[in-house]
Amino acid sequence: MIIANSPTILSVQGLRASINGTEILKGIDLTVRSGEIHAIMGLNGSGKSTFAKVLAGHSAYEVTGGSIQFEDKNLLELPPEERARAGLFLAFQYPIEIPGVANTQFLRLAYNTVQTQRGKEELDPLEFDDFVREKMKLLEMKPDFLDRSVNEGFSGGEKKRNEILQMALLEPRLSILDETDSGLDIDALKIVANGVNRITNKDNATILVTHYQRLLDYIVPDFVHVMQAGRIVMTGGKELALELETRGYDWITANKQPAAGVSA
Amino acid sequence: MSAVLQSLVNQPYKHGFVTDIESDIAPKGLNEEIIRLISTKKNEPEWLLSFRLKAYEKWLTMSEPEWQNVHYPKIDFQDISYYSAPKPKKKLASMDEVDPELLRTFEKLGVPMHERAALAGVAVDVIFDSVSVATTYKQKLAEVGIIFCSISEAVHTHPELIQKYLGSVVPVGDNYFAALNSAVFTDGSFCFIPKGVKCPMDLSTYFRTNTEGSGQFERTLIIAEEGASVSYLEGCTAPRFDTNQLHAAVVELIALDNADIKYSTVQNWYAGDENGVGGIYNFVTKRGLAKGVNSRISWTQVETGSAITWKYPSCILRGDNSVGEFYSVAVTNNYQQADTGTKMIHIGKNTRSTIVSKGITAGHSNSSYRGLVRIAPTAEGARNYSQCDSMLIGDQCGAHTFPYIQVHNNSAKVEHEASTSKIGEDQLFYFSQRGIDAEEAVSMIINGFCKDVFQQLPMEFAVEATKLLSFKLEGSVG
Repeated sequence: MIIANSPTILSVQGLRASINGTEILKGIDLTVRSGEIHAIMGLNGSGKSTFAKVLAGHSAYEVTGGSIQFEDKNLLELPPEERARAGLFLAFQYPIEIPGVANTQFLRLAYNTVQTQRGKEELDPLEFDDFVREKMKLLEMKPDFLDRSVNEGFSGGEKKRNEILQMALLEPRLSILDETDSGLDIDALKIVANGVNRITNKDNATILVTHYQRLLDYIVPDFVHVMQAGRIVMTGGKELALELETRGYDWITANKQPAAGVSA
Repeated sequence: MSAVLQSLVNQPYKHGFVTDIESDIAPKGLNEEIIRLISTKKNEPEWLLSFRLKAYEKWLTMSEPEWQNVHYPKIDFQDISYYSAPKPKKKLASMDEVDPELLRTFEKLGVPMHERAALAGVAVDVIFDSVSVATTYKQKLAEVGIIFCSISEAVHTHPELIQKYLGSVVPVGDNYFAALNSAVFTDGSFCFIPKGVKCPMDLSTYFRTNTEGSGQFERTLIIAEEGASVSYLEGCTAPRFDTNQLHAAVVELIALDNADIKYSTVQNWYAGDENGVGGIYNFVTKRGLAKGVNSRISWTQVETGSAITWKYPSCILRGDNSVGEFYSVAVTNNYQQADTGTKMIHIGKNTRSTIVSKGITAGHSNSSYRGLVRIAPTAEGARNYSQCDSMLIGDQCGAHTFPYIQVHNNSAKVEHEASTSKIGEDQLFYFSQRGIDAEEAVSMIINGFCKDVFQQLPMEFAVEATKLLSFKLEGSVG
């Protein structure tokens, strides 16, 4: 929801980043305020996922220019774990498998780390068990999932639900959902979207990185940005996504490339 | 690797210090005279001297093994002192009489043994540079007929048992290092659990080498009679030295009918510095004989130290329905080398063995699992299950698996599974994105990886092992 005068959570200006010397992000500007849901759309290779990873602080990417302000913090000065503790959450496109580490153990450590950061009480294993089971209902997850190794042998849908469960547990200020809809059938998509909708409120914000309009039928964005060649080339309301769905991305290239050239 | 992680990896060895106790050191070198000297110093009976001399003769005809996947400069066996003992002041009747300097050493190591003994109910037979200085709880154990003392004491008090069993599992000429040990061993532990007795507490020995340049040659002998059971804990830690120290121990276990011996080790010898200078050479022969029907021998080891580890705790499953187990975690970092594994020799009918080996390799280290499963023609219905998992941390290290399987009986079932994994950047990023730093992440991954082995350790040892691993691998990822 767009709220007048709501505080800015994320302010990105002129962000440039490369991997192995190849520049992927070529000057991104984006402002996200409390309560808002932003969708970032674009073709494969446009830099959407890179943008998500750079925000989270993935070490493979080198930031070569610009700034990222996250609430009162200069995000670029913080290592990834401190960004997470400050309330930035990334739901991974491909959640990582961690054999041998039980989900419940992993979730509790993550939860308690964030709780400690916020000056709140940690939960012991029994308390946490009750707490997490309640949250799992939100995503219609089976209890045996707690005892399994983190993401190991999970189906695509289970992995994505696990990401949203973590989002629900950690109560981030800003959630970035990287292609959360990919690999989900329609039922799973509804469950995941429903979970996200229950978590979003006026005090947090969400960035949805996605390829397709489909997800946006269930999580309705306030803003839709189109990324191309490492830049946001167009911004509109939720209707922009529908237009992209019917017309594809080509028309933006045709229309916008000269305009971008003029402004530069 | 980031600067912070770098500094964590390079933390100095915590237990590296030398205790200032006057040592009684034999002149360097090995010859018949030295062996006679050791025997005389220890006031040994003639039969033991001839045991030693026989071993020495064998040793002279043998050559140092070269098949293992480790590399080190040739050892000059004439440049080692084969005997060193704290000078005895007087006979000790209680812990209070132990040299305070010695007690402080144990404090520094985190082994407050009187407390440990009293609070945890563990009898500690402390080996300090080859000679036992104190034995606790002996009384209580004696009430149920258990003998737990130093092997040199047992030579005098129970010569018939020593004569019967010493060298019965590991013969004097078994291998180069076992022969050396048999010739020059100075002390070690002896444990005898009589028929039908379940040992009421875990028996524990802490080893420690102290005098620079003196090799340490321990000898351990554990016998469980019919229906007896015992859990034995061995923990090692050594002070920091720049010259390599040779450690060649022999451990023999004998389980008679329906007997059960569980032997757990947490090994943390000095591993050398981050450039691979110094560290202990650990060449150990450990073997258990499951002699009786339904007997069981179980080895659990957590190997974290030593510059070089050469060690294959093995089981000879002679009794019908006997069981052999080997659970191992071997951690190497910096320039450590480990070639370790087990041998399961199935002779009796319906014998079963389980091998679970977890290798964690970091830095520039090299780790090999080497295992032999042999099913003899007599071993009708024998079964083996082996699982060898390796985890690599960083891209400068190496992990190798050498499984040998020899099956001479068609009814046997042998299974072998192996896997290799890496702690990857992506895993660490995933943890960090959830607010968990690299150190905690590594510790969690490693503990998950080693879970199957840690579960086999006695409670307090499991806690110690978990901490030790985190300490050893702190910051080795980044």
